[in-house]
Amino acid sequence: MSDRESWFIEELKRRGVSRREFLGFCTVMTSALALPASLSAKVAKAIQQAEKPVLVWLEFQDCCGNTESFLRAARPTVADIVLDTLSVDYHETIMAAAGTQAHEALQKVVGDKKGQYLVVVEGSIPTFENGAYCTIGGRTALEIVREVCGGAAATIAMGTCAAYGGLPAAAPNPTGAFGVRDAVPDIRNLVNLPACPANAENITALLVYYLTFKNWPPLDQYQRPLFAYGKLIHDNCERRAHYDAGQYVEAWGDEGHRIGYCLYKMGCKGPVTSQNCPRVRWNEGTNWPIGCGHPCVGCAEPDFWDKMTPFYNHLQGPPTLGPGYTVDRVGIAASVGIAAAFATHGVISYVKRSRQAPEPEAAKPQPGDSKKGENV
Amino acid sequence: MTHIVVDPVTRIEGHLRIEAEVDAGKVKDAWSSSTMFRGIELILQGRDPRDAWVFTQRICGVCTTVHAIASIRAVENAIGAVPPPNARLLRNLIIAMQAVQDHVVHFYHLHALDWVDIVSALGADPAKTSSLAESISDWPLSSSKYFAGVRDRVKNFVDRGQLGPFANAYWGHAAYKLPPEANLMAVAHYLEALEWQREVIKVHAILGGKNPHPQSFLVGGMATPVDPDKQASLNADTLASVRTLINKAHDFVARVYIPDVLAVASFYKDWAGYGAGAGNYLVYGEYPEDDGPKAPQFLPSGVIRNRDLTKVERFDPAQITEQVQHSWYEYGGGDQAALHPFQGETKPKYTGPKPPFDRLDTGAKYSWLKSPRYAGVPMEVGPLSRMLVAYASGHPRVKELVGVVLAKLGVGPEALFSTLGRVAARAIETLVLAEKQGEWLDQLANNMARHDLRTHDNSKWDPSSWPNDASGAGFHEAPRGALGHWVHIRNGAIANYQCIVPSTWNGGPRDSSGQRGPYEEALLGTPVADPAKPVEILRTIHSFDPCLACGVHVLDARKQEVARVRLP
Repeated sequence: MSDRESWFIEELKRRGVSRREFLGFCTVMTSALALPASLSAKVAKAIQQAEKPVLVWLEFQDCCGNTESFLRAARPTVADIVLDTLSVDYHETIMAAAGTQAHEALQKVVGDKKGQYLVVVEGSIPTFENGAYCTIGGRTALEIVREVCGGAAATIAMGTCAAYGGLPAAAPNPTGAFGVRDAVPDIRNLVNLPACPANAENITALLVYYLTFKNWPPLDQYQRPLFAYGKLIHDNCERRAHYDAGQYVEAWGDEGHRIGYCLYKMGCKGPVTSQNCPRVRWNEGTNWPIGCGHPCVGCAEPDFWDKMTPFYNHLQGPPTLGPGYTVDRVGIAASVGIAAAFATHGVISYVKRSRQAPEPEAAKPQPGDSKKGENV
Repeated sequence: MTHIVVDPVTRIEGHLRIEAEVDAGKVKDAWSSSTMFRGIELILQGRDPRDAWVFTQRICGVCTTVHAIASIRAVENAIGAVPPPNARLLRNLIIAMQAVQDHVVHFYHLHALDWVDIVSALGADPAKTSSLAESISDWPLSSSKYFAGVRDRVKNFVDRGQLGPFANAYWGHAAYKLPPEANLMAVAHYLEALEWQREVIKVHAILGGKNPHPQSFLVGGMATPVDPDKQASLNADTLASVRTLINKAHDFVARVYIPDVLAVASFYKDWAGYGAGAGNYLVYGEYPEDDGPKAPQFLPSGVIRNRDLTKVERFDPAQITEQVQHSWYEYGGGDQAALHPFQGETKPKYTGPKPPFDRLDTGAKYSWLKSPRYAGVPMEVGPLSRMLVAYASGHPRVKELVGVVLAKLGVGPEALFSTLGRVAARAIETLVLAEKQGEWLDQLANNMARHDLRTHDNSKWDPSSWPNDASGAGFHEAPRGALGHWVHIRNGAIANYQCIVPSTWNGGPRDSSGQRGPYEEALLGTPVADPAKPVEILRTIHSFDPCLACGVHVLDARKQEVARVRLP
């Protein structure tokens, strides 16, 4: 047994985690990643033997919600071990050092670990006013993100702001905010993990995948991992049967609302949003917004602040055919705006596309990763 | 005279820069600058006011409920919607758990490392640590075996040579005063609190669908259905889950957090003499105990001036103004003006140095925060203000707990006006709220038993029921202090939106008459043993629990056409 393995077993014991529980966690992770069960052992071995890769976490125009989400990572104790297998050398929200000492820590990684470290970016990057809308240590977010991501093995844009610009980039985009992809055009190995915030389960699953296979999972056209974004919320929704049966919530707190009828008429964007919320839920599987009686707001989709609003207007007609095609047309006039937005941006056609052909997308090479498999 | 720059200030939410002049080992002057701006109020213009809470909620992901609450209250105030009792109780439960979880996370994960030396913990004797722990609490995780395990775990971590977030810090600094055993105990509780916070916040998932950014708020009430006889509603089963989590929250606060704060504070009593700040305290009040705008509040509103605890003034929203003399904004009528948020007029205008820069021009404009003032003077907001107003107003439980804490530390009430006072007040408030939550849950259960299942005022949901022109204000006590949103609705859409948030009150720059903001004022006289490692500055700044993303906002009355965004 290598030193690293014995360290790991000791660590498990110290934390009161049995080997069996650990393997159980690996099975859950394998399942979350939609991998064949036979790979569970490989996942376990990868976690035990993984080098402790260096990770730096950058925050720009953010609300810290993705950091908070990360702190809720599920599977108590064992998920923490997964985090322990990384060396988080820079993260302003949790690091002990500040000011000069913090700056030095980041420069050390960039200088000593070129091409070897991982980056998580949280928040968008402003470009107006020479970048003065976000500076850290007197340097602009744009300068920092280009330097740090430019030398990274890979970058995870966590949350919709880092992935696509998100809230700061919503019309009229007062600060000229961008997501990482646009701010660092020649970036390599970028994975987008949108949602507001991204679910802890998905960043954990992504990191485990990376540690196991030394590569990133297949991505969709928005560079999102298919294991988390490969299906529409609507298709996995626990209320889908009510949709199909034409049973809708008509008013907040009515009997249908209490029974758990479909929230389509209250504005649910589940039919046009790709995300695994219905499956992994939130806070260790405790609940999710639709489970709590509130519509999905479409937070994992690009430009959702403009395309999915007004949030409480329902979508223009059911996007799918079926027994549910009975929704009355009341309210359509009020939702002309959103209908136009959908038509303009082709969201509905995207939905049809992605529903018909997720597999071919999966087989495509990852955008931004011209030399697959070379990283680390 | 040494000029110090601390940027980034870490272990906070958002982007904060502190510049300070240090002379003879003490801070002589200080400037607080926020270095990030998003423009969320500008983005809100023209949108559906019922959507506003989803946008403003994203002002902050740490205090992830507060801008949602203030927003729905502002819109409800404008359109005249009145949430039914169950919605009020659900909100109280969500607000209180936010505060309890946030305060504990602040103490252990954001603030503790200013007081606790992790490296020193490696030299601790587990048996002595156990004796110490058992002398201050009956918390069961206290055996010498347990602490030996924690120590070995930290040692193992250090021996691997990758210190991660604990690298390059101020370990061994002369300002650290805790003995190794107290350091080890605190490290153990740092790790326990990390598990605890993840668990107790599940109350938000049950009542709000998820955390961060719970998603069950509605203008007029809550989307969370309540019905004892339905699976998809809050029922006996889920109420029991909430109860369990509330108990778990209280247990840790009463048996770990409070004893730890008292233990740590007893080694740092000199910090009751530093960090006094503005000396004026503003509280909007929170936790309505009844329905409608005149409802009594569990934690009362009020204003205390010049540290005078014998007098609590009534809070008057008309006294609030904002100034931009030293902020990167301009006013049409001149930057010396002080404008009430309803008359608010703001245009971002960056006039600072072109990045990259080493120094700000602190004689001119130097922050993205504005300078809020109440009747013309700076006000501190937050747990200390709330506990002082409650104490001075005769709140029985707050009075009792403040008395207990002061007696244990052997200090008088004047010790509260300090860095240490903020730490103690935050802990007292946490316990008061952790004790209270169960009552609101009982009331909710009683309503459900009587088959009162209302959670929403449907009468004002349709925009056609609103006046063509309406204005409203929403007030809230966020974990970090008094929060206000002001909204102007015209023809069913947002015409104007403005927030004045706790970290703007506390962290704002000087105003047009040169009065410092509370952070700046609090730093005066703070000792700095080694200007290259200013851990003492962090202590005072962290005692306010800064939340800078919250602090920065803009309102622009004009609909601005922004050119298509192009990368430079």
